[in-house]
Amino acid sequence: MTALLEVRGLSKRFGGFVALGDIDLDVAEGERVGLIGPNGSGKSTLVNCVCGTLRHEGGTVRFAGHALNGLPPYRRTRLGVARSFQLPRPFVGMSLADNLRIPLEYALRHRGGEAAIAARCHALLASVGLEGKAAQRPAELTQIEMRKLELARAMAAEPRLLIADEAMAGLSHQEVDEILALLLRLNQQGVTVIMIEHIMRAVMQFSQRLVVLVAGRKIADGEPDLVIRDPEVERAYLGE
Amino acid sequence: MLSFDLLGNALVSGLLLGGFYAAVTIGVSISFGMLDIVNIAHPAFIVLGSYCAWLLNTWIGLDPILASVLLAPLFYLLGAAIYQTYHVSFERRGDQSLRGLAFFFGLLFITEVGLVLVFGVDYRLVQAAYVGTTLHFGVIDVPLRLLVPCLVSLVLIALLYQFLSRTFIGRAVQAVAQDPLALRLMAADPVRLKRIAFGISIATASIAGAILIVIQPVEPSVARDYIGRVFAICVLGGLGSFAGTVLAAIGLGIMESLTATFYGPSWAPAVAFGFLLGTLALRPAGLFGRG
Amino acid sequence: MSNTRFLGCAVLVAALAYGAAVAVHNSYVFFAGYVVLQYIVLATAWNVLGGYTGYVNFGVAGFFALGAYCSVALVKLLPGLPIPAMMLAGAFVSGVVGLGMGWLTLRLRGAYFSIATLAMAVVLQTLMVNWEYVGGSGGAYTMRPQRAPFFGLDYIQYLFLLMLALAVSAVCIARTIERSRLGRGLAAIRDDELAAEASGVPSLRLKLAATALSGALMGMAGAPLPFYVTYLDPTSAFSLSYAVNSIAMPLIGGTASWAGPVIGAVLLGTLQQVATVTISSALNLLIVGVLLVVFVVAAPNGIIGLSGRRATAPRLRRFLAPGRP
Repeated sequence: MTALLEVRGLSKRFGGFVALGDIDLDVAEGERVGLIGPNGSGKSTLVNCVCGTLRHEGGTVRFAGHALNGLPPYRRTRLGVARSFQLPRPFVGMSLADNLRIPLEYALRHRGGEAAIAARCHALLASVGLEGKAAQRPAELTQIEMRKLELARAMAAEPRLLIADEAMAGLSHQEVDEILALLLRLNQQGVTVIMIEHIMRAVMQFSQRLVVLVAGRKIADGEPDLVIRDPEVERAYLGE
Repeated sequence: MLSFDLLGNALVSGLLLGGFYAAVTIGVSISFGMLDIVNIAHPAFIVLGSYCAWLLNTWIGLDPILASVLLAPLFYLLGAAIYQTYHVSFERRGDQSLRGLAFFFGLLFITEVGLVLVFGVDYRLVQAAYVGTTLHFGVIDVPLRLLVPCLVSLVLIALLYQFLSRTFIGRAVQAVAQDPLALRLMAADPVRLKRIAFGISIATASIAGAILIVIQPVEPSVARDYIGRVFAICVLGGLGSFAGTVLAAIGLGIMESLTATFYGPSWAPAVAFGFLLGTLALRPAGLFGRG
Repeated sequence: MSNTRFLGCAVLVAALAYGAAVAVHNSYVFFAGYVVLQYIVLATAWNVLGGYTGYVNFGVAGFFALGAYCSVALVKLLPGLPIPAMMLAGAFVSGVVGLGMGWLTLRLRGAYFSIATLAMAVVLQTLMVNWEYVGGSGGAYTMRPQRAPFFGLDYIQYLFLLMLALAVSAVCIARTIERSRLGRGLAAIRDDELAAEASGVPSLRLKLAATALSGALMGMAGAPLPFYVTYLDPTSAFSLSYAVNSIAMPLIGGTASWAGPVIGAVLLGTLQQVATVTISSALNLLIVGVLLVVFVVAAPNGIIGLSGRRATAPRLRRFLAPGRP
């Protein structure tokens, strides 16, 4: 069975700087993959290349059998690849409900009519506990609420693959648990999830498979318990 | 049937003109290339510099270029004040693009119309020892009114380059252009540094204005011709790269000169802007710099 | 209020405006009114790309003058062609140019697009200066007939009515867009283009649509100009004051909805018409520039924003408020 996401030989440079060198990655349908690595190792660059925000020089990305190379981001979203941004990027001029309306109308091409759309927005907000603030603007949200909105907006597109880019950064212990529960629930509903995180506890609890990126290269890919004991991984995090 | 002395002269004037264009653009290389501020009003400040130099030249017979150097500190203060307004109104609010652009467009307009109100629409010229003289090298004529501005321009750019790479403040300014957050973490104030940089950018307008009025007669709407040139050079040369700016400026100067000589001067404005459109369509990263 | 009902109200207001103008019994009202209406169209058109989508067009004069020069050429090619047909031609030409320019530059940052619009305007001006068929730098004269094609109206009243119809259309189009899926997509692009793309919004396509529409409306506004001024030359046709006004009016009135450009155009346009008679036109333009800067710095949401959420009556606020169906 072919993988849902197939990345082969992906490379990306910024001028002389090699951000990603020859990355291979397979993600099967329904998997929970954790992606870790020190700062600047290329994790966000990888996400941006897979999602189409950045153009990569080498390699191919295939999703559900479709070749993604050269497709603009919105086409990839419509095919089923969604992502949340590391620093939340809500639509600040709209209410929360309208924020969710955009992916409904554009990624899903929802044509159900006003009532159906409103109901769906409400349900999505409820799934992240924000239904009470449906009419408010993003500027009035707390940090964790913004993260939740970010995830809800990604979910609104009903993706097959969700890439959560450091959705838990800077949150308290309890808030991390909330987001973790949310992602696990999503996975149970059938969404494949790639979690990019620095919070090891969350990554270990969540991942079925762990991938480690260091200086633009993949140095480990396998069972979480084995990977974190890999000497090269230890070296990358703790130094010699 | 190509006339070689016509071609030769066109190339030489284009080269000298290009050198001058570099001075006109260097301010925008700083404000747009390094600070990411789209100051489309820069050419208007240059024309303001032209008029200031003209005033001193007409009242007290001061050499325009000398006058502009004396006035540069005032222009620096103007730049600092404009940056402060820009920062408080737009950068802090994070609302940069639309309103920031409209802000500078408004300044462009106010400056131009203000000049019309004060000075009228007549062309102004300056009197200086070198304005009328031309050197002859065989069939090639080198008018001093082109040579002197070109030399002044190169000196200006060289000095700026030294400042940015050798002095502490200069290097700090380069740092803020690349990574303002890191700078703040090192307890340096990025706002102050940007203010300094923007002030310097407007100060160069004073000098660029003086050499402009040496090269050609000036009236307020001349500024508009330069907006396209300035940004075309800036983008083509690679944002923030001084070497790129000089080379792109010379390239544009030569192209304009050739067009004017062989197709007529009324086509010259289109060259720069057409260049710009082409550059934007194909290579926004320019020849040397980042995209 | 539904789109058709709004159209009905707009037509009613327009009819009242025309009636009032006729009642004054001074044809100067039509001359001045034409300019104000023209600015309603230009400001509204600019705002579709500017306020709704977040992309600043400095080359308003380019699209506008293109429509005017299209008419100049058509008058020579097909004499007797009615002005509404010329307006459609102007819309087409300007729309296509907008589309082309957008295709070249809308993939880049907003700032580059804005600079490119300036470039386009200068290139177009240079082309017109060098094109003898439409008069070149010397300009072109257009005969203004005495009477309109119907009802024996004064020709200036006819031009006024044409511009009135265009203004009503432009405002209704803007409002319809605001409340539509397209409008929401444009707003998402304005708020965060990257996030909009990630949410499935085909940003390039929408931006191209907005640019083409905006350009087309500006071209339509320019088409009757040769008949209004009777002498058209590139310097005045491509005047930067068109851009300044088209930007200042929505920014002063408020960019979030159709009402802002209308308020800005009526206020600023009328002010200028009065001012041109009493003070020099240069001083007049200076005031526009100063108002633009002042409002952009101090009142980013324009007059509508200043009126505040508490002060405005809820009904009126809903009427003026950006798209909520």
